[in-house]
Amino acid sequence: MRRILSVMVCAALVTACAAPAKKPDADKNGPPQPLAQPWTLPADPYPSTYKVPRSSPTLIRGGIVLTGTGERLDGADVLIVDGRIRAVGKNLDAPADTRVIDAHNRWVTPGLIDIHSHLGVYPSPQMNGVSDGNEATAPVTANVWAEHSVHPQDPGFQTALAGGITTLEILPGSANLFGGRSVVLKNVPAVTYQGMKFPGAPYGLKMACGENPKRVYGDGKKMAPSTQMGNMAGYRAQWIEAQEYMRDLKEYQDKLARGDKDAKVPKRELRLDTLAGVLSGQIRVQMHCYRAEEMAAVIDMSKEFGYHVAAFHHGVEAYKIADLLAENGICAGLWADWWGFKMEAFDGIQENLALVDAAPNGCAIVHSDSEEGIQRLNQEAGKAAARGERIGFAEPAEHIIKWITSNPAKALGIQEQTGSLEVGKMADVVVWNGNPFSVYALADQVLIDGALAFDRSQPAAKPRSDFMLGQPMGSAP
Amino acid sequence: MKSASETRVVVRALVASLVLFAGANAFGADVLIRGAKVHTIGAQGTIANGDVLIHDDKIAAVGTGLTAPAGAAVIDAKGRVLTPGFFGGLSAIGLEEVQLEDSTVEEALDIKAPFHETQLRPEFDPTVAFNPRSSVVPVTRIEGVTWTVLAPGTPVFGGGNFVTGQGAAVTLDGRFDAELAGSRSLFVNLGADTFSISGGSLAAQLMLLDQAVREVRAPGAAGEHALLTPVGREALGRYVAGGRVVFHVDRAADIRQALAFAKRNRMKPVIAGGAEAWVVAADLARDKVPVILVALSDLPANFDRIGSRLDNAALLQKAGVTITFMLDDEPTHNARKLRQTAGIAVAYGLPFDAALAGLTANPAEIFGLGATRGRIARGQVADLVLWTGDPLEISTLADQVWIAGRPVEMRSRQTELRDRYLERVKQHQAR
Repeated sequence: MRRILSVMVCAALVTACAAPAKKPDADKNGPPQPLAQPWTLPADPYPSTYKVPRSSPTLIRGGIVLTGTGERLDGADVLIVDGRIRAVGKNLDAPADTRVIDAHNRWVTPGLIDIHSHLGVYPSPQMNGVSDGNEATAPVTANVWAEHSVHPQDPGFQTALAGGITTLEILPGSANLFGGRSVVLKNVPAVTYQGMKFPGAPYGLKMACGENPKRVYGDGKKMAPSTQMGNMAGYRAQWIEAQEYMRDLKEYQDKLARGDKDAKVPKRELRLDTLAGVLSGQIRVQMHCYRAEEMAAVIDMSKEFGYHVAAFHHGVEAYKIADLLAENGICAGLWADWWGFKMEAFDGIQENLALVDAAPNGCAIVHSDSEEGIQRLNQEAGKAAARGERIGFAEPAEHIIKWITSNPAKALGIQEQTGSLEVGKMADVVVWNGNPFSVYALADQVLIDGALAFDRSQPAAKPRSDFMLGQPMGSAP
Repeated sequence: MKSASETRVVVRALVASLVLFAGANAFGADVLIRGAKVHTIGAQGTIANGDVLIHDDKIAAVGTGLTAPAGAAVIDAKGRVLTPGFFGGLSAIGLEEVQLEDSTVEEALDIKAPFHETQLRPEFDPTVAFNPRSSVVPVTRIEGVTWTVLAPGTPVFGGGNFVTGQGAAVTLDGRFDAELAGSRSLFVNLGADTFSISGGSLAAQLMLLDQAVREVRAPGAAGEHALLTPVGREALGRYVAGGRVVFHVDRAADIRQALAFAKRNRMKPVIAGGAEAWVVAADLARDKVPVILVALSDLPANFDRIGSRLDNAALLQKAGVTITFMLDDEPTHNARKLRQTAGIAVAYGLPFDAALAGLTANPAEIFGLGATRGRIARGQVADLVLWTGDPLEISTLADQVWIAGRPVEMRSRQTELRDRYLERVKQHQAR
């Protein structure tokens, strides 16, 4: 099978699943995480330039609405004004100039969110010249930022949009223990990545457990880490440095405050800025980790240094420690059925999502790590739900939708903005031609901040990346 | 959440049905599956309330209101859907346990020789390494996949070949001698994916193929610079006169070159991959060349696949091309996902019946097995799947699988893991 190489480079070998370090949110179920030290990240030097497009008020009328909060409303309306959800309910009145989308016999859900994507950093076509997802030159590259590799003309953004994806986290690959910062994007066409940046979304730090760092450095370069214990030692050494970094800065600030004019400014380091951002609760750890015992060790490490893991990504063995994850308020980004491509994926089962979800306060998320998978997160959730039903964990559509909307929003720290159809939130909405958990389901319309971003009935208006312009027939209309 | 006891009932019911099936089989009795929605994929079409009688390893009768022979085990399908066993695509099931562990990957030639000595090895035949006891076999067959075509592959990291060797269909019932007679095929990778090991262009690939064919026809002519070993010449010789050759090729122009090469050398071509096959659908239909396609391709993964589109299957079928499906993303471990890709092809315009044929009768015909497999008809081997519903739908699961008339034990390493940790989650819930 000749395409395995490229797949493995993207999906298994080098892609790391890092989850942004989570702030100690009020909604978290885990024990409160101590803040190591007061610390302020340097001001946002690459700010979002995304502007909510103007759109007329929109009424999505009469659909089967899955709100993303666990509710299902049949024959309900969703009213959007100024890019935000204004109301959800039956027989809503709409302002005079309202655009009406008839959703009778169709399903309406929040826009889907993928917490694990490499779109833009590994764009299509997968050419050497644009393969920018893994700074695989040293095991610790907490200094790099994925956004600086994002190519906004990846046609994968548009195919993901056709699958209902409105928000996605772009991560560095998983070659490194610390892969670098992630960035959260809105799935809107833009010439610059700043034009896609989700306003106000916290940064994430991608970290990676397991085989990939060992393979790239131990096997590939004959250097540390070459073992699982080497991985752990590698992380811990960095956290110790980050603590010292924060202490030095604190001392400097204290001296300044005391009027000490001889105080020496500590040297700034990008790597330690990011790590300190984690230890101060401003950057969320998104961590690629397959095995149960590795996740358990990382959880202890997070307590050792006083930070919180927002989500484990890939988590093929999450089902073995579903209780531990839930108790610690950690989400698990999972596939429905990928398994077996390496030893740490050998114990994958199709009930993983259902078992993680079934633990009290469990936070199950379907993620993709794939330009193909991101187009059908809804189907992956549907498959996993069917597996759960067979073992006695039947859950209705209004619950399953959380795996691809509100739960990922929570893991990214943007749950106050998007991920559910609640009054005041961004009007990121998908209208489906049927039950979204069917293999035959297609997104008919996708709205982002109330603007129609995709309409299946208007192929000419579909966004196309610069790359696809002038090509003889692209993807199917 | 359902209660733990409820779950246990479900699991016990499944186990009980297994015992029933195993018992029936142990006594060698006939099996009558009664009251199913039978998709025969054949002359009898779809039978709404159909019966299928299994005798030994064959289907003995198909119809409505069949009488159970004395001693037959009768299974009430209760309206569930019965189909032929599904095709698992081009895979390395039984040849590959863990993709990234070299010692478990046996579908590819990797003799650490210079590439000019390994690129053209038609004699390489990984089917002899097929291990029916691989954990991947039960994982796959309990999902309704009863057979696959073992396709020799290219090593993941370095090395490899563009004439990758010979493959064949195997049944997944666990027997050692699993090859299905008449299915042998030669596999050739054309296009950009193997440029690095085959001269850097399609032109170089065709040049090498032409030279290899010449060596078959005139064994002494190449002298010291022969591309093929003596065994390789014999192997390729079996394909130049009417043999089936699977060309893995995506770019429309390259597909036409593959067809021309096959015609020149009287090979029976099959196109695999075929991302841009829709562009040359008329040529494929005219030459009656089938396509094994990746129904999920819609991105320009490389410059051979610029024209990838999700209605490729629908367009080919409409043009009269025989289609079936394959995966290019972990085709071995993900083989059970093939039916989902067929369903997606339906969402993009492929008629449902054509999609079902693409998972059953079409691949059987393409690989020379149409007389014995791929349909539910009297005399066909009894490879059958009883589904909970629409077999292309992702919420549907296989309830019971039979291969060659024998019920498959619906367990795998994965169901064992599931059941062990299910208990842990339930205990935690109960706290």
